[in-house]
Amino acid sequence: MTLLTDRPSRTSPPASKSTFWTIARRENAAGWLFIAPQVAGTVLFVLVPLVLVGWYSLHEWNVLAGDFTWTGGDNYRQLAEDQNLPKVLAATGLFSVGLLVLNLSLALLLAVLLNQKLRGTVLFRTLFFSPVVVSMVAWTIVWGFLLQDNGGINGLLDTIGVDGPNWLRGDVTAMIAVIVVQVIKNVGLNMVLFLAALQGVPGDLYEAAKVDGAGAFRRFRSITVPMISPTILLTSILTVVGSLQVFAQIAVLTQGGPGTSTTVLVYYLYQQAFQFHQLGYGATLSLLLFGIVLALTLVQWQMRRKWVFHES
Amino acid sequence: MRKHLALAVAATAVLAGCGGGESAGSADGKADLRMTIWTSNEEHLALFDEIAAGYTETHPDVTVKFDPIPFESYTTTLTTQIAGGNGPDLAWVLEDSAPDFVGSGALTPLTETLQKTEGYELDDLSDSATALWKNDGDLYAYPFSTSPFGVFVNNDLLKEAGQKSVTGDWTWDEAFATAAKVHEETGEAGIVVRDFDFKGWGNLATVWTGWGARAWSEDGKTCEFNRPPMVAAMTALHQAVFEDEAMPGPGTTADFFAGDAAMTITQISRASLLEEGAFDWDLVPLPSGPSGDYSVVGQAGLGVLKQGANVAAAEEFLAYFTSPENSEKLAQFFPPARTSQLSAETMAKSNPLLSPEQLQAVVVEGIEGGVVKPSHTDSAQIAQTVRSSLDPLWKPGADVQGVLDGVCQQITPLLGS
Repeated sequence: MTLLTDRPSRTSPPASKSTFWTIARRENAAGWLFIAPQVAGTVLFVLVPLVLVGWYSLHEWNVLAGDFTWTGGDNYRQLAEDQNLPKVLAATGLFSVGLLVLNLSLALLLAVLLNQKLRGTVLFRTLFFSPVVVSMVAWTIVWGFLLQDNGGINGLLDTIGVDGPNWLRGDVTAMIAVIVVQVIKNVGLNMVLFLAALQGVPGDLYEAAKVDGAGAFRRFRSITVPMISPTILLTSILTVVGSLQVFAQIAVLTQGGPGTSTTVLVYYLYQQAFQFHQLGYGATLSLLLFGIVLALTLVQWQMRRKWVFHES
Repeated sequence: MRKHLALAVAATAVLAGCGGGESAGSADGKADLRMTIWTSNEEHLALFDEIAAGYTETHPDVTVKFDPIPFESYTTTLTTQIAGGNGPDLAWVLEDSAPDFVGSGALTPLTETLQKTEGYELDDLSDSATALWKNDGDLYAYPFSTSPFGVFVNNDLLKEAGQKSVTGDWTWDEAFATAAKVHEETGEAGIVVRDFDFKGWGNLATVWTGWGARAWSEDGKTCEFNRPPMVAAMTALHQAVFEDEAMPGPGTTADFFAGDAAMTITQISRASLLEEGAFDWDLVPLPSGPSGDYSVVGQAGLGVLKQGANVAAAEEFLAYFTSPENSEKLAQFFPPARTSQLSAETMAKSNPLLSPEQLQAVVVEGIEGGVVKPSHTDSAQIAQTVRSSLDPLWKPGADVQGVLDGVCQQITPLLGS
């Protein structure tokens, strides 16, 4: 044993190199090299901007005059006293809840319908998914024309004798219109995720339930929903995060109006920073948005133990 | 470690050397100038390129690039470029944001450069055209366009509705009555305030000035939206939209230049949108209101950004671009600020679409007595606040006085800041 261990030490090169590059270290280095591009991207495009936004939020930045003045907590005081902010947060909440409920329920309904073994389902799947790949701005501009008072939607309603509202000019109808336009745009993505999840549910579970006398609704509630609950969690997180970042639809369709009824947080942030030249306050608002997205995601993540299958 | 430090120092020195070389180049007269504009009209761009070519011929070390930015997001994009350290050397500035640009120190003073430019004739610029662009007696932007608003009329639609042609001598009552009749008879829109669309309220100055109304006091500190003249003007507008249907309502599109409306209020530069032979049209001055005849002008300035890398070269190019000779060329699209060029005869040479009579009635007389569209510091914030406060007005049965009181309540803190 002594001979065996002694011999390599006499024959192998004496340098420390071979002992430094152990298999574990080499594997470790390879791992770091593999994730290096992602880490570099995250540091450069996420962490550094985040720190800079924090720094900007402590300053007043007058772009035109080229002034960058330290103001300490002034922007945060302005945030606390901003009389428009409650209305903006209410509009943001309304948009997010409306979008979440409508998007997930419609996506699930479509997925269940298109999961049947019927002719033409592939065509409908393609049809419902196709808006996902359309440019958001082009999509919104077209809907802007359709939703005008003398636009296509009201023209259609007129043919069946219904006098349609002026969609983008009413407080309630404008919010409904923006939500629906966003739902139709993205429902296909959630539908595909639900379809994949539904096809992963073992058929024998349904057969056993049928034998036990469970009806269609009971099978859906007690088998389908629990089995696809991880996908429901994923889609709800993605939808909520996406809803809080909505911008193009608001900018193109309503510009936050009528009044401030569709001024959601991202649009308000854009107005403050880029239209009103208050970049410091805009940075403060973006940190608020970051905090809200983070908090909601954490809440959803924590709640998964209570209702997501396999997570309890 | 020392080796790394030496490398870093060497690299820094090389980079610093590069930077030094570049600035030395600027001192030698080398400059790549960029000028942001909001037109992408091919004829406009061709004229700009032609003028720039004349300059680069005598200044071979200078290049000039015109950078069109969409009008709707022009000021936002420009300020974002400045914030990102990528601002242009020269920029067009809209009249509503003139106080922000002129008062903030973003632009360099031009008076000295223009005065010492041979043959420039700075005194030829009219006082009314330069007022908005001056601060403490110094000119900060050249008013390259002082464009009055007029009314384009579709004579074919008027004829179809059995209405008389419009002459220059008319009132708002007649204008609304004619517009309502055209809508009733033909189904097309009556009169459209172009670019208003129930959002761009600044364009309504072309209407409310006829009632002697204005958005705020001369010193910009007192809101006048809820004063009797404005209430009367807005009441007339509200009635024209929601009762008489003389104007299309919110959310209804009607493009005069596509033949969808009988009349439109806009600037003469829009005449280029008229397709030859599409319909018989005329251009007449704004109707007179209860307070008599009036005219409204929109302005645009051209300034040199202080943060630009080639300030001296940019100032020199601006002086060339706006010289008497080039101002005359530009006059075919942008009414000049030079009094010597402000005559129907001079402008008719380069304005084939408009007759000398139209130019005299709308442009020359319009500029002489014109009221400039509203402008104020923090214009974007005020514009947004007024827009959202005015929204409740644009529905049937609105309480005009109540809504306008609300506008003043909202913008008074901003006017005083």
